[in-house]
Amino acid sequence: MRALTAPVLGAIGFVLLWQVAVWLRVADPILLPPPAEAFSETWRGFASGTLAHDTWRTVQRTGLAFLIATAIGVPLGVALGAQEKLYRGVEFIVDFFRSTPASALFPLFLILFGPGEGTKIAVAAFGAALVILFNAAYGVINARRTRVLAARIMGASGPRILVDVLIWEALPQILVGMRSGISLALVIVVVAEMFIGSTDGLGHRVINAQMLFESGLMYGVIFVAGALGYLLNLAFLLIEKRFVHWSGR
Amino acid sequence: MSLTPRETAITIRGLRKAFGGQPVYSGFDLDVRRGDILAIFGPNGCGKSTLINMAAGLLPKDGGDILYDGREVSEIRVGYVFQNYREALFPWRRAADNIRYPMRRMGLAPAQVESRLQSLAERFRVRFDLNRYPYELSGGQQQLVSIMRALAVEPEVLFLDEPFSALDFETTLSLRDLLQRVLKDLGVTTILVSHDLEESIVLADRLLMLTRRPTTVADDVPITLPWPRQAESLAAPDFMALKARCLDVFQRAVAA
Repeated sequence: MRALTAPVLGAIGFVLLWQVAVWLRVADPILLPPPAEAFSETWRGFASGTLAHDTWRTVQRTGLAFLIATAIGVPLGVALGAQEKLYRGVEFIVDFFRSTPASALFPLFLILFGPGEGTKIAVAAFGAALVILFNAAYGVINARRTRVLAARIMGASGPRILVDVLIWEALPQILVGMRSGISLALVIVVVAEMFIGSTDGLGHRVINAQMLFESGLMYGVIFVAGALGYLLNLAFLLIEKRFVHWSGR
Repeated sequence: MSLTPRETAITIRGLRKAFGGQPVYSGFDLDVRRGDILAIFGPNGCGKSTLINMAAGLLPKDGGDILYDGREVSEIRVGYVFQNYREALFPWRRAADNIRYPMRRMGLAPAQVESRLQSLAERFRVRFDLNRYPYELSGGQQQLVSIMRALAVEPEVLFLDEPFSALDFETTLSLRDLLQRVLKDLGVTTILVSHDLEESIVLADRLLMLTRRPTTVADDVPITLPWPRQAESLAAPDFMALKARCLDVFQRAVAA
């Protein structure tokens, strides 16, 4: 209970600060509506509008992009990590594209996948896959040498060592990669929903609300997107704790 | 020391190894008698661990032979206990599964795996829960699990690389007692690398003292103290005399 006190107080403080800013007329009420209005608009968006559907579409796209990224990034990363020389060869390319803003790739992916769902999911999957791949490869490369030797002396073959030791050794780092990957996928999906011919999704809703001066709703959608990112991160932290029980011990 | 071929478990001839052009071993010979516990003691960096790592097949040698009754290390069953148990056990497997692991790799039937696990637990008088994860155990318990894991395959040769150096003194004493009893019971040929002279004498049938690089044998000391050697033996006059002799050899070897 006590662990919750501080964050709750912080959140209340933030809303109070917002309210004070409205009272002091820091900005035009059209740009900065009172928190109560933002909440009621958001509530209406869920109750009678399309906000629930938009949230669900964003979750779907992020989830799909993340699954594709994981299916490619984890096996490829583990395989490259097990062949350190090979990984050093492609490291530059991975680092380069990992550092490239995914939004700069939209035009290229539009040519490849067309202006539909494909592009949004493909760009997000591409960005997330590189992060996951990079973490999985480093997890394998940094596996404790002693454990590998121990497995070898107990008669484990190369493939056996990969399955019995290296993947387990890399698992904490792989999950860190997946956590960063899903956050990145969400960021890219929301941006893609704003600009690549969308009719739904949180990104579409937020830019629409802005253009129609529905600023209460706009703030609401921003908070929904924030909550989504926060919950995804939290879910992964819990999964890490549960499945990598030995980490750091 | 001259041994007949039948008595010899390990034969090392003309062993050569260099690191970055610096020779560690240049023509090193050694015979180890079957069932003996051989302790290797020497100054830091003299290549004690290098020797057992080459013998265990973990490190390639530059030249020479290390044969076990005429066979290569890959053809025999070996056990190896690492200094750092934290990094040697698999923390994602329970302690019992760590011990089962090498037996499964050997292809033993499940019933046989269980019965060996049982008998090892009895031999080592294990009183803690083997269904715990290694990180839930104390350091001494973890190293005991490592030792049981190494002995599970009934190795022809057991390598111990400073197995007690990360443990406190009390734990070391009790683990030492347990280990010498089991090793003498089973008659496993053992090579122990240690940087603790007292420990080397207490545990060994024979103590090999090495010089600085390039490594040669400074002294080859048979330890004929009666078994079992308990904490009280540390104060016995013949133990003290041995220790004094070895210390003297060691100081000359390091000074040389």
